[in-house]
Amino acid sequence: MTTPIEFDVNLLELSHVAKRFGGLSALSDISLHIRRGDIYGLIGPNGAGKTTLFNILTGLYQADSGRFTFNNTEYSGRCKPHVLAQAGIARTFQNIRLFANMTALENVMVGRHLRTSSGIWGALTRNATARAEEHAIVQHARALLSYVGINRPHQTLAKNLSYGEQRRLEIARALATDPKLLALDEPAAGMNATETESLKELLLSIRASGITVLLIEHDVKFILGLCDRVAVLDYGKKIAEDVPEKIRCNPAVITAYLGTEPIIPAQAGIQS
Amino acid sequence: MRNVLKHLSSKDRRGAWIAFVVLAIVLLALPFFTDALFGRGWVRIMDFALLYIMLALGLNIVVGYAGLLDLGYIAFFAVGAYCYALLGSPQLGLHLPFWVVLPLGALLACIFGVLLGAPTLRLRGDYLAIVTLGFGEIIRIFLNNLNAPINITNGPQGISMIDPIRFGEFSLGNTHELFGLTFPSVHLHYYLFLLFTLLVIFISLRLEDSRIGRAWMAIREDEVAAEAMGINTRNIKLLAFAMGATFGGLAGGLFAGFQGFVSPESFSLTESITVLCMVVLGGMGNINGVLLGGILLVVLPEALRHGSGPAQQLLFGKTLIDPESLRMLLFGLALITVMLWRPSGLWPSNQRRRELVAENDTAQL
Repeated sequence: MTTPIEFDVNLLELSHVAKRFGGLSALSDISLHIRRGDIYGLIGPNGAGKTTLFNILTGLYQADSGRFTFNNTEYSGRCKPHVLAQAGIARTFQNIRLFANMTALENVMVGRHLRTSSGIWGALTRNATARAEEHAIVQHARALLSYVGINRPHQTLAKNLSYGEQRRLEIARALATDPKLLALDEPAAGMNATETESLKELLLSIRASGITVLLIEHDVKFILGLCDRVAVLDYGKKIAEDVPEKIRCNPAVITAYLGTEPIIPAQAGIQS
Repeated sequence: MRNVLKHLSSKDRRGAWIAFVVLAIVLLALPFFTDALFGRGWVRIMDFALLYIMLALGLNIVVGYAGLLDLGYIAFFAVGAYCYALLGSPQLGLHLPFWVVLPLGALLACIFGVLLGAPTLRLRGDYLAIVTLGFGEIIRIFLNNLNAPINITNGPQGISMIDPIRFGEFSLGNTHELFGLTFPSVHLHYYLFLLFTLLVIFISLRLEDSRIGRAWMAIREDEVAAEAMGINTRNIKLLAFAMGATFGGLAGGLFAGFQGFVSPESFSLTESITVLCMVVLGGMGNINGVLLGGILLVVLPEALRHGSGPAQQLLFGKTLIDPESLRMLLFGLALITVMLWRPSGLWPSNQRRRELVAENDTAQL
């Protein structure tokens, strides 16, 4: 399952990935390359298969065919989400999925689970190792909370945070797993202009710290202004992959987003 | 405890120690007071209350922490009890000592916990509840029918003449004179059960506030997100089943040694439901709540049984309704009332959290 191949600049490579749900082809023949250190955008109309692709990358779904290589290791077979998290892919969810009845701090502390190791014995005896580890977890979590800009008391329950803060908390929780690739599913959804702007700064600073970012977004302006490369999906197919400047004037993309020119514009005008 | 004390001023710290000492004295003196005021029968009820509390704390790990609804929990109690009964009675002619049989029963229950957990890992909510319910019944029916062709469990008659809990020559089944005081058997069992209950509370508290405890709660809150954050949900869920079952098996062994008799009848679905009620009524995931629920659900029915007859005599001059049937009626009413007014239990875990919030915020400022 994990065959090492020679090192290259691509952190993530998908080749000819396909996924079907019964008769519906959600993704067909998707090939992508995400370079280390990029902010990579994934856009497309509703139902284009963006979230399906995300779920394949994070192990919630298994691709029917195709190869999936991450950090020089192949994960094409059946891989559990926690294996991919271990490998260094962390994600957020389109509909916020925090641990609602746990505090903000605890949410981030859960993210450290995978990079720590104390078990039952450590918990019961609270020996020096377990205490030191627990202390490190709390310090790390607190640092991440201030990093993403949650300035509320860290003991606030996650469900009592504001919408924008919840989105940021999800990012902090994902960062706590020490990811190589941070995959964000519509992080700017429902945010106002100021919040979007500060999210943009946060993402740039995450990238500056050496983490590659993969972004799904509906807000085309946001994504074209932020990403290094963008892929466009439509009906489960990749219709374009390029730098934002070229995506902006790609005819296939314009067609997918705005539709083709109406055949009888005059009639439409009369009706309205 | 140390962390809690750290935040308190020296005056409060002294207060905490005084409270602790008072509580210890009350708990130690309780069987004697109860014996003198209400009679020996109530000390026996207290012993059962402690056993139920152990069970409820064990179930709290599965249901309260990890959020896995288990309706067959009493099966682990049965496994522990029958393990003790078979290895320490004339049934198989084995008379292994208490300190061998009890851990063995807990271990066996732990193994059964994993065996039950493994096939249910993909199930959630209602489906999990149905499968665990089935498992509980399977164990009971097995115990009921394992008297033929080879008689192992003695079927519905159960196993009697089980060895009392014995430390060397000191048997908890007899009355002892110690320090100039007379300790009847029920009193001695009370202290033993109290010790084990405190141990179970200690383990629960330590687990709750640990990496493992957080992983359990993450699974309870959102399994998909927990998995995406790198928690190996399979192992962590199995661990919850195993821990909960271990406590159940421990309580079962103690029950068998205390009672001297076990039969499949003691391990019916109603018992599973009762233990679940304790956890839910008290407040899922909160140890204080579970303790409260356990005490209430053992003491309340007994109090109603003993109290409703005389109360009717006093009010109406005669007994109108049979106390035994009135007991269950009032019990049901009490449960419904609590669930209507406090749906998250009498002492929910969030309340504790909010108190913590206030505490830590003032500490930070």
